[in-house]
Parts: sequence; structure tokens; C-alpha cells
Amino acid sequence: MSPITLFLIAFGLGLAGWLAARAKAWSFQQESGAKRMAARPNYHAWYVALWIVIPTLAFALIWALAAPQLVIQSVLASEAASALPEFGFQRESILSEARAVASGNAGSVFNPAAQEFVEPFREAINRYHLIGIAVAVVIAFGCGVASFLRLRPDFTARTRVERTVMAILLLASLVAILTTFGIFASLVFETFRFFGMVNPIDFLFGTFWGPDPMSNPDNPDGSRYGAIPLFWGTIYIGAVIAMIVAIPLGLMSAIYLTQYAHPKVRAWVKPTLEILAGVPTVVYGYFAALTVAPAIRDMAYSVGFTSASSESALAAGLVMGVMIIPFVSSMADDSIAAVPSAMRDGSLAMGATTSETIRKVLVPAALPGIVAGVMLAISRAIGETMIVVMAAGAAANLTGNPLEAMTTVTFQIVAMLTGEGSFDHPATLSAFALGFVLFMVTLGLNFVALRVVKRFREAYE
Amino acid sequence: MTVIHPNLKQTEAKMRASDVSVYYGDKKAIDEVSIDIPSEYVTAFIGPSGCGKSTFLRTLNRMNDTIPSARVEGLIELDGENIYTSAMDVVQLRARVGMVFQKPNPFPKSIYDNIAYGPRIHGLAETKDEVDEVVERSLRRAGLWEEVKDRLSDSGTALSGGQQQRLCIARAIAVDPEVILMDEPCSALDPIATAKIEELIDDLNGRYAIVIVTHSMQQAARVSQRTAFFHLGKMVEYGKTSDIFTNPIEQRTQDYITGRYG
Repeated sequence: MSPITLFLIAFGLGLAGWLAARAKAWSFQQESGAKRMAARPNYHAWYVALWIVIPTLAFALIWALAAPQLVIQSVLASEAASALPEFGFQRESILSEARAVASGNAGSVFNPAAQEFVEPFREAINRYHLIGIAVAVVIAFGCGVASFLRLRPDFTARTRVERTVMAILLLASLVAILTTFGIFASLVFETFRFFGMVNPIDFLFGTFWGPDPMSNPDNPDGSRYGAIPLFWGTIYIGAVIAMIVAIPLGLMSAIYLTQYAHPKVRAWVKPTLEILAGVPTVVYGYFAALTVAPAIRDMAYSVGFTSASSESALAAGLVMGVMIIPFVSSMADDSIAAVPSAMRDGSLAMGATTSETIRKVLVPAALPGIVAGVMLAISRAIGETMIVVMAAGAAANLTGNPLEAMTTVTFQIVAMLTGEGSFDHPATLSAFALGFVLFMVTLGLNFVALRVVKRFREAYE
Repeated sequence: MTVIHPNLKQTEAKMRASDVSVYYGDKKAIDEVSIDIPSEYVTAFIGPSGCGKSTFLRTLNRMNDTIPSARVEGLIELDGENIYTSAMDVVQLRARVGMVFQKPNPFPKSIYDNIAYGPRIHGLAETKDEVDEVVERSLRRAGLWEEVKDRLSDSGTALSGGQQQRLCIARAIAVDPEVILMDEPCSALDPIATAKIEELIDDLNGRYAIVIVTHSMQQAARVSQRTAFFHLGKMVEYGKTSDIFTNPIEQRTQDYITGRYG
């Protein structure tokens, strides 16, 4: 296969360059007898090897993307191509079938029309394969020789290798950032398609949610795309019920751990609490759906709320709150620990008790960090999916009754994308608009929270 | 064994330590120190770094309790009452024996609230007028009133280092303590701010029993009437400041004050 061959060429020639450069650098050292060179032989070796491997791999990457296009082009240029249907599905299927056979991924053609393209494909693939290998070898040799000729006893290979290492590390860190931009761009694109079909005002302020994936996609009913019930469900479960659980418990556990706990107790309570953060959310999901939700319904029945649903916002919110406790606790723990111990000592030396010190000095001083932690926790809670999918229900109810089923933005994204719906239908596209709103809100929350934390850190440095 | 300087007439002690040892885990940081702290004078603890003077100071208001590994043996009395019994309320003790730290540590609150903190938690001042009065009186005593009276609502942390330290002294005074412990109160300050603090200590002398730990022998000579020299966890010599500096009995004291080590 072409890419693998190119990789082998890159690394094989790289190794050869490495050995050659090392031998040459050794000979410098032998000849001059000098103890001190600008760089040790290994660095010369790495310098040449990097010069071979990096350009060749870069070419391999570009080639892997470009070669299939070139193959298609050359096949379409053959005379048989004029017999192909003009556009669409059939043409695509004939071509892809022929390509599969030609590259050995399929035994024989199903559509006889594809048969005559097999040979042109095979030819083109082989041709570009050879071209790719030839160019790769030329690049590897060219770069290798050029860099090899630059080796001198006083050549500063060491600093150059260092710079290359830095560039590679920078590239690695850029991948995540660029991916985020890519996600954002794809969301924006699909969201605009959706808003081309449904009025954004209807979407953002409508109070009825009931997209019908089977309706006529060309004439969508904007009044069925009101996302307010979803926003409400998300906020009610993630930012209200979950936070009522998570903020007090998280804060209190942080205070206990930083101020009261004996070091031995802290040594096992803190990791245990952090394990909670590592439990897969799907596990919380069935705990919520199978244990908590029925218990809440039974309790509600027993006190006379016969309307209680077996899936409820309360169940999802409570379990989500428990899931979030470690986040709040660990952020609050960090912020309280960041308050200089001189504050605590100062207050204790005034004759304040530990709890007075916590309430009147430590928590106020740590408040920005705690608030930021809560914001991060909210942004996590509203983006949480599994728990609400399993326990909150699917009904888009706009209600304040926590015993009723509610649905959230994340749940509807899942529901809209996992159906049979076509990607041209506004019901499916609405998932992207919902995702976009969610993305913007969590991005905003994280941004503000991180700024607050930064300001807070500066205050104590 | 500690040498008590012969010129020292024992007066009535405000605080008395008898055979006090302090351990951090297994390490003995203070070894059987006995000292009487008079109520009408400033007592200075001097000695090289790590000699235990700060550790000993912190036993006097049980601040060592906040360090889990610390353990205190021996007897420490305040007005004849053992402060290390369970009957002694540590909160009350610290209200009676106040403390000023090495680095100024005002709370991140307004100047007013910094001073009002102690009186409020101890219930010494309830109404707004009472609190106002305590704040003004404490700041006046600490010599800070004129500088901050127009900006009492500014944050205490916005003051200069020297002002912050006087704010901390004012904060300690506000709960009307009997003893004030000062742990190298000037080590983070410039010479002018140091001079102001020393002046303040002079003013407060007589009203409160003051114990000051200091690195600077000149400072001890300037502000104190009694000096105790600590070395390697032991109290080597204790006497009138003038005697310790001009006529020490122990060779180690002599060596330290003449700058041979430390």
C-alpha cells in the first residue's frame, strides 16, 4: 500500500542518514582529536535524520490526500469514461466499484459497466504509486544529502535539533486547538443551513418542540422547532437541581478536607472522591434510570403525587449533582488551599474558631476560585448526555415540576441524529443548531471561569 | 541550664513557662525552657535562625496546635492558670494573648473590617457605634488613624507593607489583649517602617505585656527591657537587656552578640 511504503522509505532512509551522519561526525572527532565539538555525533545524526524524515513524511501526507484524486482524474480522462452516466449516484457507484476491484478490496464487479474501468484504475493506481515512491525517494535523498553536506566539526547541530524538537511539540499542541476550530466550523456551517430553513427567532424563542423527521423537508413548520423547553430542561436539570446537590456537598467536602481532616483521612478520602470523577457517565446513567428514578416515583406516589413520572428531571439532576461533586470539591479545595496560610493563622490568632475562620476569612478569600469551579461544573453538567438520555425522559415539557419528565439539548441532539432522518432535513439539522448553542454557552462559561481563576491566582502571588 | 542574670529581680510574672519542651514529630525543637514574662516590660527573644525562639513564642498562645505534628510538654501559665488544660478555651486564650506575624497578613477585607473582625467575633462590640469606636481607638493606638481615617473602606491589602503591619497590630489590640506576641514583626519591612513599628512598641509598652522575637540585636536593644537568648532549642541566658548586651555571663551569648555566629 502506498502510504505504508512511503513511511518505510522515510524511516529507512532516515536511519541510513542517521548512521552515515554519525559516522561522519565521529570521523571529525577522530581527525581533529578535539574533545569539544559544537555538538556530539548523535546530534549530527539526528539533524540529518530529521531532515530526511520530516520532509518525506510531509510529502507522504500530502500524497495520501492527493493521489486518489489524481487517479480519478486520469481514469476520467480515458476514452471509456465518456460512456459513464453524467451525474449522480450511479456514476459514483460504478467508479467506486471499479476502484475496489482494482485495488484488490473486492473480488469481482457486480455491475458489468464497472468492468471496463477496472483496468484503467489498476493502471492509474500503479502509476501514481510509483510516482509517489520516486518523489519520496528523491525528496529523502535530496534533503539527506543537502543536510549531510552541511556537517562540519563546528556545525551547531545541537541547537538546530533543539529547535526542531520545539517545533514538533508546538505542532502537537496545535492539533487540539485546530480540531476545536474545525468542530466549530462544521457546526457553524450546518447551523446556517438549519437557519436557512427555520427562522432563528422561532428556534430560540419558540416554546413547542416536536420536529417531525417524516415531514416535507422543503416546507418545515417553524413552530415545531421551539427550543425553549430544551433550554429550560437543560438549565433546570444541569444548573439548578444538579447544583443544589453539588455546590453544598462539594464545598463542604472541600472545607472538611482542607481544614478539618487529619492528613491520614485526607490521604484516602480525596482520592476516593476523585474516583467518582472517573466513573463512566453511562454507569451513572443506569443508576439514575434503574435505581433513583423508580425510588423517586414511589416516594412521590406514597405522598400523593400520582402524576409522578417514572422518568424525572429530579432523578437525572440528583445523580448528575453527585457526579459533579468531585469537580466542585476539587476546584474549591484548590482555591481554599491557595489562600495563604498566614490568613488562617492570623484569624486563629485573633481567637476565631476554625469554622469562623472558614466562614469569614477563607471562603470569602477563595470565593472567586470557588465561583469559577461552580461555573466549570455547570458547563460540564449542561453538556452531560448519558444521564439525561437514560433518566430524564424524552418529553419536551416546559414545567417547573421536577417529578415530570423533561428533555435536554444533549438528549435531543442524540435523538435527532440517531434516527433515520436524512441530512437534508431540518429535523436532523436542528441537532447542529442545538449543538452550536450548547457549544457557545459552555465556551462562554469556561472562558469566564478561567479568567476569574487567573485573576484570583494573581491576587496571591 | 539557663543562666538567669544575677541583676534580674524577679517581678510578678504575667506568663510563666516551666520546663517547656516542644516536639515536631520525634524532633525536639525546644528543650526545657523556663521563663517568667513580666507584664510591665517588653521581652525580646534573640538567637540565630532555627534556634526555636519563634516556636517557643507560638506555644504561648497555643498557635502550635495548628501544626498537627507539634507536641508541647511542660507547664505554661497565664496569670497562674495552666493554658494547656482542656479547661482552657483556646479561643479565649488567643483573645487574651494576641499575635502579630512575621509577614503582614491583613485579611482581604476593608481596613475597617480587618479591625472589627476580632471585636465582632468575641462580642466586644455589638452596635455600629461601638464598633466604630473600637476601630478608631485601635487605629489611633497603632498610630495608623491619621493615615487611613479617610479610606477605612479600602482593602487592607492595598496599604504599604509597614502600614499593613501596623494594621495587624491594631487588629490585635482591638480585642483588648493582655499579652501581645510579635514574631519578627519588622523582618519584611524597610528601615523607616521598622522605626515606626519600634516607636509603636514603645508606646504600647506598659499597657500590654509584649514579647518580641527578633533577628536584629539592635532592635532588641532598642525596644526591650528583658532579653532571652536562645540557641539550639535551649534558652541560654535571660536577664535585663542592658546586662545581656553589655555584661553577658555565658560565652555563647557573648559570641552571638559580638557577631561571632548567627
